[in-house]
Amino acid sequence: MIRLLWRDITLAFRSGGGFGLGLGFFLILVTLVPFGVGPDGEMLSAIAPGILWVGALLACLLSLDRIFALDFEDGSLDLLATAPIPLEGVVAMKALAHWITTGLPLVLAAPALGFLLHLDSAAYRWLIVTLLIGTPALSFIGSFGAALTVGLKRGGLLMSLLVLPLYIPTLIFGAEVVRRGAGGFLVATPLAMQAGITLGAIALLPFAAAAAIRVALR
Amino acid sequence: MSLISVKDLTVSRGGMPVLEGLSFAVSAGEVLVLRGPNGSGKTTLLRTLAGLQPPYAGEVMAEPESVAYAAHADGLKATLSVAENLGFWAGVYGGHDIEPALLHFNLDALRERPAGNLSAGQKRRLGLARLMVTGRPIWVLDEPTVSLDAASVALFASAVKAHVAAGGAAVIATHIDLGFEETVFDVTPFKARMDVVRDDFDEAFL
Repeated sequence: MIRLLWRDITLAFRSGGGFGLGLGFFLILVTLVPFGVGPDGEMLSAIAPGILWVGALLACLLSLDRIFALDFEDGSLDLLATAPIPLEGVVAMKALAHWITTGLPLVLAAPALGFLLHLDSAAYRWLIVTLLIGTPALSFIGSFGAALTVGLKRGGLLMSLLVLPLYIPTLIFGAEVVRRGAGGFLVATPLAMQAGITLGAIALLPFAAAAAIRVALR
Repeated sequence: MSLISVKDLTVSRGGMPVLEGLSFAVSAGEVLVLRGPNGSGKTTLLRTLAGLQPPYAGEVMAEPESVAYAAHADGLKATLSVAENLGFWAGVYGGHDIEPALLHFNLDALRERPAGNLSAGQKRRLGLARLMVTGRPIWVLDEPTVSLDAASVALFASAVKAHVAAGGAAVIATHIDLGFEETVFDVTPFKARMDVVRDDFDEAFL
C-alpha cells in the first residue's frame, strides 16, 4: 500500500501530474478577490476566513476527478482490483496521496495568502489548524464522489454536484473556527465538529468508495 | 487437482447473460485457449474468472488471490519509466524481482525509458512482463498478443510455457495459434439464449 501511495505522489509531481493545479487555482482566486471587492482592509479581513476556506475547497474539487479516472482509463484500476491490496486500502491510499499533493500544499500556502487578505493576526493559527483538520475530509469525501462517477465519460460535473453538498459542513465549521479565532471567541465546538466529520469520512467513505468502484468495474 | 474450475457458469454483461452453462477445469501445467468470434463473451468470461465481476449464475472455484489478470489496457503510467512501472507492480504483489521479467521480454535496454515513449508492442511486452512479477499461479489473459510482432509472440509463448512448467496454469483468449500444448475451448455453443424471460431486470435497468 505504501508503494501505491508513493507511486501516486510520484505521478503527481511528474509532468502533467496536476500537482500545481489546486495550489495555482487557490493562489489565483485569493489574489483576485481584493481586486474584485476593493482594497478596504476592514472588509477584506471580515471576509478572509470565508474566502480562504471556499478557495481551498474549490482547489480540492478541481483535481478530484483525476483520483480514479486516470487509473480507470489505462486499466490500472482493473489490475489494482485484482491485486493483493484490498480495494478499500487502494481508495484510502489514493485519497491520502490526493491530500498530500493537494490539501497539504494549501495548508502551507494559506498563511501567506491570509496576509494578502488582511486576515486578523489571531486567526492565523486557527486557519492552519482548521485547514489541517478539514482538508483530509475534502480528499476522502471527494474520493467517494470520484468513485461514484469513475465509469462515466465527462463525469466531472456530476461529481461536483454530488460532492459539493457533502463539503458544506466542513466549510461551515472551518470558516466558523477561523472567524471565532479572529474575534477571540471559543473555538472548541466547531473544531470538534469538524474533526468529527473528518474522522468519520476517513473511517467510512473508503468502504463506500470501494463498493462504488466494484460496481463500476463490472 | 484443478487450479481453477467453473461449474454451470453464466456470465452477464450489463445485466444481460452472454454465455451460459459453462463448465471446465484447468489443472496445473495446462493452458486453456478460449476461441470465439468478437462479441461472443470471452472478455466477460475472463473478467468473471478474475473476480472483477460476480457470476450471473453458477460458480467459479479458485483459491482466493490466485489469479493474475491482463487485458487490453496494460495499466502503465506514461511518466514512469519501464523499471518504475514494473517495480510498482512487483511491490504491490509482494516484492518479486523484476530482473528476470525485464530480461525475458527484452526490456532490459529500455528500463530507464518513460513508458509513454514506448511503441505499442513494447508497452504490451511490459504489460505481459507484469505477469511474471505477480507470482500468481493462474494467468487470465485477454488477447495478450495484440500489437506483438512474431518474435515477441514467441517470447510470450515461452513465458507461458515456463509458467505452466513451473506448476502454473493459464486461460487465454486469443485468435492466433501460439504453438504449444493447449486445450481449445470454443465458447460459441454456450451463447446465452435470448428468448428466456429472466425475472431480475433491475440490473439491466441500472
